[in-house]
Amino acid sequence: MLKLEKLTKVYKTGDKALSEVDMEVPKGQVIALIGPSGAGKSTLIRCINRLVSPTGGSVILDGVDVTSLGSSGLRRERRRMGMIFQEYALVERLSVMENVLSGRLGYVGFFRSFFRKFPQSDVDEAFRLLDRVGLLHMADKRADELSGGQRQRVGIARALIQDPAVLLVDEPTASLDPKTSREIMRLIVEMCEERKLAAIINIHDVSLAQMFVQRVVGLKMGRIIFDGAPNQLTPDVLTEIYGEEDWEATIEAVDDDDYDADDVDGEGKKGEA
Amino acid sequence: MPTRINSKNVKVWQVRDRNGQLLRWAMWMTAAILFYLSWMKISAETTWYFFFDAPRIAADIGTRAFPPRWEYITSLGKPIWDTFNIATLGTVIALVIAVPVAFLAAQNTTPKIPLHPWAVGFIPPFVRKFIMTTTGEDVYSAGLIRPFALLVIVSSRSINSLIWALLLVSIVGPGVFAGLLAISIRSIGFCAKLLYEAIEEIDATQVEAIRATGASGWQVMVYGIVPQILPAFAGIAVFRWDINIRESTVLGLVGAGGIGLQLQGSLNILAWPQVSLILVVILVAVILGEWISAKVRAAII
Repeated sequence: MLKLEKLTKVYKTGDKALSEVDMEVPKGQVIALIGPSGAGKSTLIRCINRLVSPTGGSVILDGVDVTSLGSSGLRRERRRMGMIFQEYALVERLSVMENVLSGRLGYVGFFRSFFRKFPQSDVDEAFRLLDRVGLLHMADKRADELSGGQRQRVGIARALIQDPAVLLVDEPTASLDPKTSREIMRLIVEMCEERKLAAIINIHDVSLAQMFVQRVVGLKMGRIIFDGAPNQLTPDVLTEIYGEEDWEATIEAVDDDDYDADDVDGEGKKGEA
Repeated sequence: MPTRINSKNVKVWQVRDRNGQLLRWAMWMTAAILFYLSWMKISAETTWYFFFDAPRIAADIGTRAFPPRWEYITSLGKPIWDTFNIATLGTVIALVIAVPVAFLAAQNTTPKIPLHPWAVGFIPPFVRKFIMTTTGEDVYSAGLIRPFALLVIVSSRSINSLIWALLLVSIVGPGVFAGLLAISIRSIGFCAKLLYEAIEEIDATQVEAIRATGASGWQVMVYGIVPQILPAFAGIAVFRWDINIRESTVLGLVGAGGIGLQLQGSLNILAWPQVSLILVVILVAVILGEWISAKVRAAII
């Protein structure tokens, strides 16, 4: 459904952030993108919706080459790619509801959005999503009154109201505590399952990634050097991606978590105890 | 090198090396000498008789000015209302023009339209170089919109509103209209400068997030940028209004309307009790303006 072909990005400074990345994401698959800082994970995600313009190769979403589109075509394709950010990137001085509805900006005209006159169907969907992420009572609060976890839930609602085909998720848990991190990851993965969404999730926390995703892609120096199931991540592979380190502890921790992850309710209760 | 190894083979660290230290010392020395020379010159050119006489003259004028001529207040109502209107309308007009100028001047919102190579040929090389060093970008790739917006800001700011008023009185004739124009022209640069600095400081990821939803350029502006600069905008507006109330009180001195006209008239006929009353009225107006702007600022932030 989403296909990257020889995607390349060379920054003006001459840094080659991505070199000829080939990748295919089938419908409904959730992928974790791991790799050291500076490997090009953020650049890869931003090249897909062209917040960063790639310098070579193409991004093909359901047969449409996103890299060759003009500005109105690009806007139309961006609507189908929901994005979730590390620092939530909510517009702090707007209300929760306005932030969620801003996900519909690609669908409504300028004056409707200027006067906040969104179609009733959008408003209904916004309330439904806020209810789903557990923030219905916060609809009229200003975004800067929310906690980190709550803000990220609003971020998720904003991405989902776009009715996207794919979610681009940039370090969703990097600013959150361990428990909230798991809740947010679980929410994202559940939402993808419910709506048959594909997702690419940049993530630093390898064990957290292993808990939730079906496929892991390892990026290093702008190249894909690992692509496989989470349980194929051996200490050797992690050494190849990140460099020499004792990886046994990370992987063992993952095995423990895996038991918990199978029994979602049990894990939640254990977490609170 | 701040870090070096001394004769005893110890690694020492200092903030500055020897030359840097000497240079600083020399600069302080030059400053001290300059201060001394200036002091000598000023002292030599002062007529000390006037200086020592000043308290007596001031006391004399003070006694003549007191008590203020309270019944004169009836003819001050209209002028102070004019002054107030010049300040308010002037600020509003300035803001209407300053907002687009600020968006064109801010690095992160200005449209960068590369100049055609053919057109670049018409720009004198030294102008091109000057633009390059002041804006950090070549006209060849970034175009002339930002340099032009910055020029508007600088030219409006470089001339005091009293001088604008002098010019405008000769162009549009004496009266409130000249004052209004003077205040708004002077305020454009002030408001646009503060506003474009606020625009340059916004959080880029919030804008990025709105862009990622497929929003159009104008929607990104309304949802991503405007909410972030709204507090700064309100602060700038009331701050400038506050300044403009004070500035418009003197515009009448050059014939540009407002209470300054009465002030000048009274000064010319040495009617000190009227002068003191006018000063009291101005003081009250300024305090009132200050109070209102403080209230507005508190309500927004």
